[in-house]
Amino acid sequence: MIAVENIHKAFGANRVLRGVSFAVEAGEVVCLLGPSGSGKSTVLRCLNGLERADSGRVRVAGREMSDASLSAIRRSVSMVFQRFNLFPHRTVLQNVVEGPIHVLREDRTEAEARGRDLLARVGMADRADDYPARLSGGQQQRVGIARALAMRPDAILFDEPTSALDPERVGEVLQIMRSLAEEGMTLIVVTHEIAFAREVADRAIFMDGGTVVEQGAARAMLTDPQEDRTRLFLDRVLRPL
Amino acid sequence: MAEFLTDSAIFLPVLLRGLYTTILLTLCALVVSVLLGLVWATMARSRFIGLRAATAAIINVVRGIPIIVQLFCVYFVLPEIGINLYPFAAGVIGLGLAYSVYQAENFRAGFEAVDPALLEAAQSLGMDDRLVMRRVVLPLGIRIALPPFGNTAVMLLKDSSIASTITIAELTRAGQLLAISTFKNGTVYVLIALLYLAASLPLAAAVRLLERRMASR
Repeated sequence: MIAVENIHKAFGANRVLRGVSFAVEAGEVVCLLGPSGSGKSTVLRCLNGLERADSGRVRVAGREMSDASLSAIRRSVSMVFQRFNLFPHRTVLQNVVEGPIHVLREDRTEAEARGRDLLARVGMADRADDYPARLSGGQQQRVGIARALAMRPDAILFDEPTSALDPERVGEVLQIMRSLAEEGMTLIVVTHEIAFAREVADRAIFMDGGTVVEQGAARAMLTDPQEDRTRLFLDRVLRPL
Repeated sequence: MAEFLTDSAIFLPVLLRGLYTTILLTLCALVVSVLLGLVWATMARSRFIGLRAATAAIINVVRGIPIIVQLFCVYFVLPEIGINLYPFAAGVIGLGLAYSVYQAENFRAGFEAVDPALLEAAQSLGMDDRLVMRRVVLPLGIRIALPPFGNTAVMLLKDSSIASTITIAELTRAGQLLAISTFKNGTVYVLIALLYLAASLPLAAAVRLLERRMASR
């Protein structure tokens, strides 16, 4: 489904990615973990072309990342953002149907009916006609997930989807992600939620300094990491005091 | 004072006809300036460096020439190459062109102030540059550009008085003719000033109303 081979990326003198490789099978849930600045968000952004790797290969849904394939790749993978990035000038429902109507050119009536179903699924049906500014962070993120689903993607990329939320609101978003995982959706999640990674993810990838330090089955790796750097990170995250 | 009032009663019908022309001229030039301004602001965001350079050149040239000279160019120079325009049309084109570069700067600043995260959200939905522009940058950027737009619109109203120099019988020209023929300079110019004020205050209020209506959602 997704293959990343030896990608490098630098912003000026700052070498953010220094040879990252991994693969994701269809239906897999993969969590990218690591400290800030480890390059995990940059990797994620390389998967839908928001960033382009300086060297190396990125293959998504059978297509090599290039100028020509960019729009097809973006239509096949959706992204959910840390800060939600809902369009403030459109209602909740309009946000959800924006892609289907204007990019996929679906019929408006059908797209709106499906959009309402998706909103019901994330528990936001009653807020369809509100503007995003009137919603809490957790509600906005649920709409963000509905907007991602509306594109009928082959995979969804999550960029720290719960980092900007009230601690009490984290659960409602993680539960929706878990239900997507159970339905067999391919998810690639950059997160600091170790419990989510251990319970829901099939595989975990730990990054530091622009390289993959360790990857493996999520539960085993996050319970008993093999690398000292992974162990140190988990210790600090799970026992901050 | 009594003389001012009786004179005013005689002068006002003439001046109001001039005001009508001023308002018509301002609105037409405003439409031209907005449309051209949007074109310049959009070209300035092009991925082609040639288009960006051409836009910068146009803006610098138009901004660097006094409006009165631009009006003379449209009205007196164009006929030399076979393009004859009615004074009113020349005024609309000249003022519209002159003000398009200020509108372009307003819009450009508005477009640039749109949160880049929203552009990424739109791109992630598979939108190409044109769709991102039409669906996200334009509607949000225009909202941000509204306050400076209101300022520009009032300036355009006042600068429409320059069209008096190419024989358009707008408010200033109508007043000048009255003043010359009656020698009542004081009365006439006080009335003209009041009439410009009477037109610019509602214009500014209308833009503020538009701002509030767009901001409320």
